[in-house]
Amino acid sequence: MNTDRPINITVNVENKPYWEAAGQGKLVLRKCNSCGKMHHYPRTICPHCHSSDTAFVEASGRGEIYSYSVTRQAKPPYVIAYVTLEEGVTMLTNIVDCDLEGLSIGQKVKVKFLDAGEGMALPVFAPA
Amino acid sequence: MTIKRKAFVAGIYEHPARVATDKTLPQLHAEIAVGALADAGLGFDDVDGYFCAGDAPGLGPINMIEYMGLNNVRHMDSTETGGSSYLVHVRHAAQAIAAGHCHVALITLAGRPVADSKEGKAPRYYNIDAPDFPFEAPYRPNVLNMYAMCAMRHMHEYGTTSEQLAWIKVAASHHAQYNEHARLREVVTVEDVVNSPVVADPLRRMDCCVITDGGGGLVMVSPDVAKSLKRRKAQVLGAGEAPKHLMAGQVDLTYSGARWSGPKAFEEAGVTHRDIKYASIYDSFTITVLETLEDLGFCEKGKGGRFVSDGNLISGVGKLPFNTDGGGLCSNHPGNRGGMTKILEAVRQIRGEAHPAVQVPNCDIALAHGTGGLLGSRMGSATLILGNEDA
Repeated sequence: MNTDRPINITVNVENKPYWEAAGQGKLVLRKCNSCGKMHHYPRTICPHCHSSDTAFVEASGRGEIYSYSVTRQAKPPYVIAYVTLEEGVTMLTNIVDCDLEGLSIGQKVKVKFLDAGEGMALPVFAPA
Repeated sequence: MTIKRKAFVAGIYEHPARVATDKTLPQLHAEIAVGALADAGLGFDDVDGYFCAGDAPGLGPINMIEYMGLNNVRHMDSTETGGSSYLVHVRHAAQAIAAGHCHVALITLAGRPVADSKEGKAPRYYNIDAPDFPFEAPYRPNVLNMYAMCAMRHMHEYGTTSEQLAWIKVAASHHAQYNEHARLREVVTVEDVVNSPVVADPLRRMDCCVITDGGGGLVMVSPDVAKSLKRRKAQVLGAGEAPKHLMAGQVDLTYSGARWSGPKAFEEAGVTHRDIKYASIYDSFTITVLETLEDLGFCEKGKGGRFVSDGNLISGVGKLPFNTDGGGLCSNHPGNRGGMTKILEAVRQIRGEAHPAVQVPNCDIALAHGTGGLLGSRMGSATLILGNEDA
């Protein structure tokens, strides 16, 4: 399904390390060293405490489906979802390599990566 | 400073077009301005405040003021919160009027997504410089699946059903049958809705609003100007606006920004839910209405499904008549922005000028609510409470 399409990533100086980590098979999250909280999508200034002492940290890549929808009108249909990661933040993503009729909220999923070229990749999730 | 009783809606106009291949976007704005000012009994030279949102081309007010020949504007506002912009404009216009910055404020909305599509013109894309864009666009979110995920989660947490959502469309269709300009005038049943094709689970085609061209506008005036006008007016009693977003990853799709904009409007107006005789609720999708009604406090959180069932939103049948023009679900969602038409029908109800079959008796206080952006990610919510001249 999703793996059949070209993956276009919008890279900028603030988000480049995220895509490069994904290219190396790592899902990273932005963590604030001042307040200790994670956030997503990643920002240089912490949206919780506004410290600029933030850094990327590797996430486990495991989570569960918070919500999802199968876009039936697309050919082929695809699954968009919000996945809540073990680290406590929720991210928009796709669920791939799955039975479209067998998905459920709360289902355990694990990250995988779709090659976007130039050493970068897009994190998506598949049933664990 | 409160805006309660500081400003009046004196004129309204809804463009009758639903497909506008024969008109340009600025032309639609100008036709709407002509209509709204004529309804108020005012002229272009009376306008000293102008408000428009992202639907207006170019630099918004600058280009439109030039095109329309608005020669006396000394207050401008181009606040853009998507489809709710026009409710925010009413609040801001009332604030500007209360502060003495202007006395006659014109607000216009126009769009031609149907005509643009026929002409092969690319839809207006969300700005790729938005910081969230790189982290969302590759997953192919669209207006359907992003609202669908809200419905999916609401069903999961509260047991809301497709049949309950369908009642919202059913109520809108009952009203639309009386609106000669409505895009869809056929009365539908719960069965019709749940048997329409799934577009993005769990939403079906009939859970979605129409796509239309056209637009609408309104004229707001100070109390002094209001006294000189003959037409019945609606006065602003209270208003609220609020952003809601993904909260740095603490995502909750079961509520909207109405949770914050609503209480602010009620507090300022000094009214309770029982005082609201009619409600215009933004209806991009059925789920938008359901979550909004809960967030505004018309029912307990999670009980929206029960609240909307069995015709409770149908005028003359239920306790809370809503979208008596047929709303976005059946009548009009011009430029993919349903906020303006929500205000217009609330004003018709306050004036007693809704279609007689759907007019709410003694409609002295009405509410209008807008949800701009996406319920499934980030939105601008805005609530207005309007009253008649005695309220």
